Amino acid sequence: MTTPALSLDKLNKSFGPAKIINDVSLDIAPGERHAIIGPNGAGKSTLFNLISGLYTPTSGTVSLHGQDISDMPPHEINKLGLSRSFQVSNIFTNMTVRENVRCGVLHSMGQGYAWWRNIGSNKAVQQKTWEVLEHCSLADKANVPAALLPYADQRALEIAITIAGGADVILLDEPTAGMSHSETARAVDLIRRASEGKTLVIVEHDMGVIFDLADRISVLVYGEIIATDKPEGIRGNAAVREAYLGDEALPEEVTA
Amino acid sequence: METIVFGLLNGVSYGLLLFMLSSGLTLIFSMMGVLNFAHASFYMLGAYFAFTITGSTSFWIALFIAPVLVGLVGALVERYGLRKVHANGHVAELLFTFGLAYLIEEVVKIVYGKTAVDYRVPDLLNFAAFEIYGATFPAYRIFVIFIAIAMLVGLWFLLKRTRAGLIIQAALTHPHMVGHLGHNVPFIFMTVFGIGCALAGLAGLMAGNIFVTDPAMAVQMGPIVFVVVVVGGIGSLEGAFLASLLIGLLQNFAVGINASFAEIFAFTGLSPTSEVGDITISSLAPVLPFLLLVLMLIFRPQGLMGEQEL
Amino acid sequence: MSDATQTFQNLAPSAGAKFRQRTLPILIFAACLAAIPMVGPSRTFYTIAHQMGINIVFALSYNMILGKGGLLSFGHAVYFGFGGYVAMHAMNWIEDGSGLWAGFPVFFLPLVGFAGGALAGAIIGWPSCRKAGTTFAMISLGVAELVFAAAFMFDSFFGGEQGISGDRMNGVELFGLSMGPISEVYWFIAFWTVVGLVGMWAFTRTPLGKLSEATRDNAQRVQFIGYNPQRVRYLVFIFAGGFAGLAGGMAAVNYEIFTPDAMSLVPSGFVLIMAYVGGITYFVGPIFGAILLTYMQSMLSDFTEAWLLYLGVLFIAIVMFAPRGIAGIVFGIWDGLRGSNPGQYIAGLLMKLAGILLMLIGLIVLVEVSVRWSNGYGEVYEPFGMHLGHQNVLSWLIIVVTAVAGVALTRYASKDKEAA
Repeated sequence: MTTPALSLDKLNKSFGPAKIINDVSLDIAPGERHAIIGPNGAGKSTLFNLISGLYTPTSGTVSLHGQDISDMPPHEINKLGLSRSFQVSNIFTNMTVRENVRCGVLHSMGQGYAWWRNIGSNKAVQQKTWEVLEHCSLADKANVPAALLPYADQRALEIAITIAGGADVILLDEPTAGMSHSETARAVDLIRRASEGKTLVIVEHDMGVIFDLADRISVLVYGEIIATDKPEGIRGNAAVREAYLGDEALPEEVTA
Repeated sequence: METIVFGLLNGVSYGLLLFMLSSGLTLIFSMMGVLNFAHASFYMLGAYFAFTITGSTSFWIALFIAPVLVGLVGALVERYGLRKVHANGHVAELLFTFGLAYLIEEVVKIVYGKTAVDYRVPDLLNFAAFEIYGATFPAYRIFVIFIAIAMLVGLWFLLKRTRAGLIIQAALTHPHMVGHLGHNVPFIFMTVFGIGCALAGLAGLMAGNIFVTDPAMAVQMGPIVFVVVVVGGIGSLEGAFLASLLIGLLQNFAVGINASFAEIFAFTGLSPTSEVGDITISSLAPVLPFLLLVLMLIFRPQGLMGEQEL
Repeated sequence: MSDATQTFQNLAPSAGAKFRQRTLPILIFAACLAAIPMVGPSRTFYTIAHQMGINIVFALSYNMILGKGGLLSFGHAVYFGFGGYVAMHAMNWIEDGSGLWAGFPVFFLPLVGFAGGALAGAIIGWPSCRKAGTTFAMISLGVAELVFAAAFMFDSFFGGEQGISGDRMNGVELFGLSMGPISEVYWFIAFWTVVGLVGMWAFTRTPLGKLSEATRDNAQRVQFIGYNPQRVRYLVFIFAGGFAGLAGGMAAVNYEIFTPDAMSLVPSGFVLIMAYVGGITYFVGPIFGAILLTYMQSMLSDFTEAWLLYLGVLFIAIVMFAPRGIAGIVFGIWDGLRGSNPGQYIAGLLMKLAGILLMLIGLIVLVEVSVRWSNGYGEVYEPFGMHLGHQNVLSWLIIVVTAVAGVALTRYASKDKEAA
C-alpha cells in the first residue's frame, strides 16, 4: 500500500471539558475524492481546522504524505502542499479578483516575501494567475473588486485562491452552501475540474453533490466517525440512517 | 518604615483614583470595543467643572453636580459622535476619540486659559488627619479613599444586584448577544458611556485639587489609564481594580527609592558615573507603567484577569 | 469561455494606462519640484517647502503600516527620531573626518537615517508585530512613552533637552552643492522626497507590498496561502521604520539639530492626523495631508493661536463625514464630474460647499471671539473692518445664523442627492 496522502491517527480535540473530536482515524489515498458528512455540530469544521493547522490537536496525529504536521502552523502546512477553503467566504475584500488569485499564486512561484521585485513583471506569475482565473471562469471579472462580486462568484474565488498555490491535497468546506441549483451545478463542475489528479476532502450538506463527487464518504457524528465507505455502502448503512433520522434524509436515488 | 507606610497610603489613594478613572473605561472598552482616547479628557473636564462650581457655590455641591454634567457631555458625545462613526469600524472610533481629546484640550485652553487654575481642597478637609514619623497625612486623601470605596460599593451593587447591571455584565463578555435579547443596545451603550465619563469626571474632581488642574492633565493621565485597562484585562473590573492598585503602589514606591542602577547592580561592576549606572529607580517611576504595559502585552495579552486576548 | 487568442497580459492594465496612472503623476510631481526654484521663491517659502518634503515622506511611511498594513501606530515618530539621530551623529562624524566617514557626502545622510530607522523598526517591531489591531496600537503607545523617557536618560546619544546639533557644510560636496544656502538644501530635499515617494510606490508593487494589503484585509487567509502574517507585518514594519528614518535624516540635514521632542507622542499624533486627513486608502492621500497640514501648521499658527482647535475640528470632521480623506473627496468630485449627470452634481456640490463655508464662518467667528475674550487683553476680532467683540450682539448673531444656515443647507444638499 502506498503512503496515504492524508492520514489521521486517533485524533482528539477538546475545548475545556467539551470533547469535539473523539478518536478519529482516517486514511485518504492520493487522488481520492473523500467527503465528510454529518449533522450540524458534528465537528466537521473543527476537523478541518485541526488538519489545516488552525487548531492543535489535544492528542493524536495528522500526517501529510507520511509527514507529521500536527503541531505545524498553517502556513508551514500550506507550503507542504495542503490548501483549504472556508465555509464563510474568506477573501481579500479590498483587492481585485486578479490580485486575490495572484496572492494565492505567489508562494508556489517562489516569490517568498520578496521586496526587491516588481510583482507585475513576472511572466510566470501572470501566466499562472490567468490560468487559475480562466479555470474558475473568473477571467472576465478579473479587475472587479472582490467585495463587489456576487455571492456565487465569491465562492468560486474562494476555491480559486485555494487551488492557486497548486497544492495536491485540497480541503473544501461547504463549497456550495447557500447556492442556487444552477450555481451548485457550476460549482460541482468547477470542483471536479480543480481536483483533477489531486486529493480532495470535502465537507458538504448537499447530498446530491456528495454522492455525485465522492469516491468514499465518512460520516461524522458527535465527533466520531461512525462509518467510512463507498457511496453505495453508506446509503445502505443502518447506523448512518439512524444518525440522520429526523435530520435530513439520504436521497434514495441521486440524479446528477 | 516611613517610606513604606507613606508609599502604601499614597499608593492606595492614587490607585483608587486610577480605578475610578479606569472602571469607566473598562466598561466602555469591554462592551463597545472602543478604547476611548478621550477618557482622560473627561477626567479633566470633571476637575474644571468642579473648579467652576466650587467658585460660585461650594465643593460639596460640585461633588454631586460636576460628575453628572461630565456624564451628560459623555452621553451627548456618544449619541451624536461615536454612534455615527461606529459603522466605520473600531479604528475609526479610536481615531474619533483621539481627535476628541485634541478638541477638548483646546476648548479648555480657550475657556479656562493655558495655565493652571486655582482649584483647592475644601477648607473643611484641609487639615492633617494624623501624624506618623513626624510627617502628616492630609485628611483630604482619606476622604478620597472613602469616596472611592463608596463608589466601588455602589458600582458593585449596580452590577451585581440590579437588572440593568446583569444586562451590562452580559454585554461585557458577550457584546453581540445582548441585542438578541431584545434590549435597546444603543441606549445601553449611551448610558454606559455616560456613566463611565461621569466616573472619570468624579476622579477629576477628586484629583484636580491634589495634583494640578491644567490643560495638560488629560495628556498626562490618559496613557496611564490605558495601561490599567490593558493590564487588568478586558471585561474585568476586578482586573482593573488590581491593576490600579498595582500601578498606584508601584509608582509611589518607586518615587521613594533613590537607589541607582550602579548601587543595585554593584556586583556587576557597573560604574556609578556611567549613563546606565546613573539611572535611579525614582527617575524610572513615570515609565514603569509603560514597561508593564509592553511586557504584559507581549507575555500575557489577556491581562491579569481578562478572559479574552486583546 | 474567452477565445483562445486572448493572452494573460490582457488582464493587467495596458502599458499606456500604466504610464498615465503611474509614471506620469510622478514625472509631473518631479517636474513641479524642479520648476519651483525658477520663480525665485522667498526664504519663508523654502522653509515651508522643506518641511512639506520631510512630512510627505514621513506621512507616506506612516501609511505603509496604517493604510496598506492595517496597523494603527501611536509611536511612528520613534523611527523618524532614530533615523534623525543616527544621521545627526553621522553628520558630526563627517565633520570630525574620522575614518570612512571622511569620504561620506552629507547629501547621502538620509540613507544613514533609513538604516537607523529600519534598525529601530527591526528591534522594536519584533515584539510588536505579532498581533494587529488594538494590541499593536497599545504596544506602539507604550514603546513611544518608553523611548521618549529613555531619551532623557541617555544623553550621549540623545543629547538631553538641548538635543544634538551639527553642521551640514562638511565632507564631500556632491552635484556642486555646498549645502549652505537654503536654496541649495532645496535640491537635497526635493531629491530625497522624490526618492522616498518612488521607493514607497515601488514597494506597493512588490510581492511583499501586496501581501501586506492581503494581511490587512484578512490575516487568517494569508496563513492558508503559505505566508506567515506576523512575518509579513514585521518586514513591512521595518521598511516603514526605514522610510520614517529617511525623513528623519532629511530633517537632520535641514535643521542641523535634533531634540528628543522629535520622537515624542506629539509628532506621532501629527503624522497620524496628516495621513488620515489626506486619506489612507489612497497612496497619494498622505501627500495631500502632509502638504495641507504643514501649510496649516506654519501659516495658520501665525494668524490664530487656536489653530490646533481648527486642526482637531478638521480631523473629527474627516473621521465622521469623509473617512476616505481629502484624496477621497478629490477623487469623488472627479468621478461625480465625469458621472452621468454632471450639472446636477455640480449644483449639489456647490450647495454643500456653501453650507460648509457658512458653518466654517460661524466656527471661526465663535473661536476667534472666544479666544480674545478668554485672553482678556481687550483685543477685538476685526475681520473685514467689522468690530466683533464678545459683548457685541452682532458677533453672536453671526455665529448662530451662519451655523444654523450651514447645517440646514448641507443637510438639504445631502438629502437632495439621496433622493436623486
